[in-house]
Amino acid sequence: MKSYGFKGGVHPLDGKELSKDKEIVDIPATKEMVYPLSQHIGAPAKAIVEKGDACLVGQTIAIGESFVSADVICTVSGTVKSIEKRMTASGNQIMSIVVDNDEEYREIEGLGREVDYQELSKEKIREIIKKSGIVGMGGAAFPTHVKLTPKNDDDIDYVIVNGAECEPYLTSDNRVMLENSKELVEGLKVILRLFDNAVGVIAIEDNKPECIKAIKELVKDENRIKVKALRTKYPQGAERNLVYAVTGRKFNSTMLPADVGCVVNNIDTVVSIYMAVCKSTPLMRRIITVTGDAVANPGNFSAKIGTNYQALVEAAGGLIGEPEKIISGGPMMGTAMFTLDVPVTKNSSAIVAMSKDEVAANEPLSCIRCGRCVAACPSGLVPQKMYEFSKHFDEENFARIGGMECYECGSCTYVCPAKLRLTQSFKETRKSIISKRRKG
Amino acid sequence: MDKLLNVSSAPHIRDNDSVKSIMEEVAIALMPATLFGVYNFGLYAALIILACIVSCVLSEYIYEKLMKKKLTTNDMSAFVTGLLLALNLPATVPLWVPIIGGMFAIIIVKQLFGGIGQNFMNPALGARCFLLISFSGIMTNFTVAKTTGIKNMIWYGLSGLNGYAYVDGVSGATPLALLKKGEEVDIISSFLGIHAGTIGETSAVAILIGGIYLLCKKIISIRIPGAYILSFVAYISVYSAFSENGFSIDYVANNLCLGGLMLGAFFMATDYVTSPVTPNGKIVFGILLGVLTGVFRTLGASSEGVSYAIIIGNMLVPLIEKVTMPRPFGVERRKHG
Repeated sequence: MKSYGFKGGVHPLDGKELSKDKEIVDIPATKEMVYPLSQHIGAPAKAIVEKGDACLVGQTIAIGESFVSADVICTVSGTVKSIEKRMTASGNQIMSIVVDNDEEYREIEGLGREVDYQELSKEKIREIIKKSGIVGMGGAAFPTHVKLTPKNDDDIDYVIVNGAECEPYLTSDNRVMLENSKELVEGLKVILRLFDNAVGVIAIEDNKPECIKAIKELVKDENRIKVKALRTKYPQGAERNLVYAVTGRKFNSTMLPADVGCVVNNIDTVVSIYMAVCKSTPLMRRIITVTGDAVANPGNFSAKIGTNYQALVEAAGGLIGEPEKIISGGPMMGTAMFTLDVPVTKNSSAIVAMSKDEVAANEPLSCIRCGRCVAACPSGLVPQKMYEFSKHFDEENFARIGGMECYECGSCTYVCPAKLRLTQSFKETRKSIISKRRKG
Repeated sequence: MDKLLNVSSAPHIRDNDSVKSIMEEVAIALMPATLFGVYNFGLYAALIILACIVSCVLSEYIYEKLMKKKLTTNDMSAFVTGLLLALNLPATVPLWVPIIGGMFAIIIVKQLFGGIGQNFMNPALGARCFLLISFSGIMTNFTVAKTTGIKNMIWYGLSGLNGYAYVDGVSGATPLALLKKGEEVDIISSFLGIHAGTIGETSAVAILIGGIYLLCKKIISIRIPGAYILSFVAYISVYSAFSENGFSIDYVANNLCLGGLMLGAFFMATDYVTSPVTPNGKIVFGILLGVLTGVFRTLGASSEGVSYAIIIGNMLVPLIEKVTMPRPFGVERRKHG
C-alpha cells in the first residue's frame, strides 16, 4: 500500500492504543446545559430566546446573522435559565445560553425525518447545512456552509475528507470511521452533489488499516470516491499538508483550499452533514475521546453539545490520582484547562488528562542551532531564526522570513532539544502582527 | 482536585532528546577514535585527553560561577569540546598545552561570546589554531622515538613500539606531509591509522564508525560531511590529474584518509552551533570546506588545512544562512523588479 506524505513533521508517541478499540458510548446530558454563542470562527451567533423561554431538542436558540457565523441548536428540552458569560474550554468567558434540562427530551417537529438528498437543490443543501449549525470539527470550527460555497462550484476538483487524525491520543475520528462508515460515505456523496467536477477522497493515515479496509470495501463500486492512505506523521491532518499529500498541490496562508480546487472536511463534519441533510438532525452531539494516563477507563463518548466536561470524565471512570495537566483537544495543539467546569462545544474533540506535565518538567535552555526545528517544520520555515526575531520583537523580519506561514502546529517545540517554547513565542508575535495589520 | 492544574501554551509534550543526550551521543561516537588514539599513542595520550576535558569543564564551571551565570557544565558540551580538542593535539605535547587550550576554548571562544549556542567559531578548533600559532614547534612535532621496555610501551603505545619518525628521525613528519613531498604512503595503514598524527585523527576507520553512528542516530545529517568529502575528493582529483605524475587514485585515497579530514568532516564541521541551520546552507558549507581544505593542502605551506578551512567556514555561516533561507511551503518565488 503506497502512502502519501509531506516534507517535515514529527513522530510523537501516539497514545492511541489507550482508546482506539473502545466503542463510542452515549453519555447522558447534564442538568445544566451551556451553549456558548461563539463556538466557531466568525461573528458570534445572536440569541433568539430569552430567560424563561421553553426550548426543545433540535430547536435553534441562536442564529448566525452574518455569512461567516453558525447557528446554535438546543440539544435538550427545558427552560432558558439565563444568558450570561460562561467559561469555555479555551479559557475565555463567552456569552452563553444556559438551559435547565427537564430530562424529558421533547423534540421539535420533523426531527429525524428521512430525506433523499438527490431530490434537493444545491441551494437547499447549503441552506440545511447552515441551519444545522455545522462547523469544521477538526478543531478550527470554521462554518461548513462557507467552506462549501466557493466562488465557482465547477472549479472544485477534489472533496477531501480528512481522516488523518494525526494528533496523539485522539481516536474519535478513528471510531467514527469504523462505526459510522456508511454515514460517512453518504455524507461525502451529499457534498459531491454540490461539486459536479469533483472526486471525493477519503484520506486516512496508515496507522488505521482497519478504517482504510472498511471504507475501501464500502466504496469499491463508487466511481467518484477513492480512499487514500497517508503516511503516519504529525501534522498530516493540517489542511495545507493534507491537500499536498493527496493532490500534490500547494497553497499558503493567504489562500484557501478552494484556490487550488479543493474542499477539505473533517470526518465528523461529513457525518454531521449526512445527519443534517438526510436525517433532518442538526449538529447536536460531539464524539469525544477521554484519555491520558490519569484517566481510569479511557474511551470514546458521544456527548450532547452543552454537556459539562465533568460528566465526560466521570463516564470514563474519573481521574486517577492528581493529574498535573488536563488538555482540551490533543497534546500538540490543544488547550490546557484549569477547570473541568466547561461545556462540550462544537469543536471539542478530546480531554487528555496527564499525570506528568512535560512542559513544566523541561526548563528551556539556550538554542544550540541543531536545526531539528527546521527539519520538523511542515511549512518549510526556519523556526530557529523566527525565534530570534520573535525574542527581539522584530516583527518585520519575522514576517519577512515567512513567520506568517506558521500555523502553530508545535512540531518545532516538540523536537527542540533545548526545550525552547518556540510555538508559544510565535503565537504571541503572530497575534501582534495580525492585530496591527487589522488596525493599519 | 486540591492541587491546581498546570496551564501552558501548546504543545504539551516534548521529545526525549535533550542537549545533554545529544552531547552524550557525540561523546559515544568519538569513543572509537579516542580508544584507537590511546592504543596508538599509549597512556600518555589518555592523560592529555583527561587534561583537556578537565580543563574545559573546570573553566566553564569557574567562569560561570564567577560571572554568576546559570551553570551549564551538566549539558556535556564542555566535555565534548575537551575531547575534541584532545583528539586534535599531537600525543607528544607537554601537559600545560591541553590545559591552556581548554581554557582558551571555553573562556575565550565560547563564554566570552555568550556561552553555549552563541560562539561563532568551533571552540576546539579555535583553541587548536591558537595553540598552533602560539606554540607551533610543539604543535607540529609528531616524532615519537622508538622505545624499549614494557613501561615505555604502555606509556607511548603503538607509537613507542614502531617509532613514528619517518623522514630523518628528527623533524617528525606526518604521512600527509610525506604525501605532499611526493613520497609513497601505504594506503592500508593510512586507513587503519597506524601512523603519526594528532591523537584522534589518524584512524579513518575509527572515525567513520563514529560518524556512521551519528548518522544512524540522526544526530547529524549527511549534508555537511557528504558535501565536504565529495567536494574535497573532486578538488583533489582535478589537482592530481593536472599534476606532473598525472592522476593517482592512491594520492586521492590517502588525502582522504590522512590528516584531520575525516575527523573534521564528521565531528568538527557538523558542530551545530557553528554550522548553518538551513538544509541547503549545510551543503554550501560542506562544499566550501572541501574546496578550502583542498586549496590549503595543495597550495599552502602546511600539509594540513582542515582546521583553518572549518574556521573560515564558521565565519561565513551567517552569510550562507542568509542566502539559503528556504522558501516557505506554498509560497511562490518572488519575482524580481
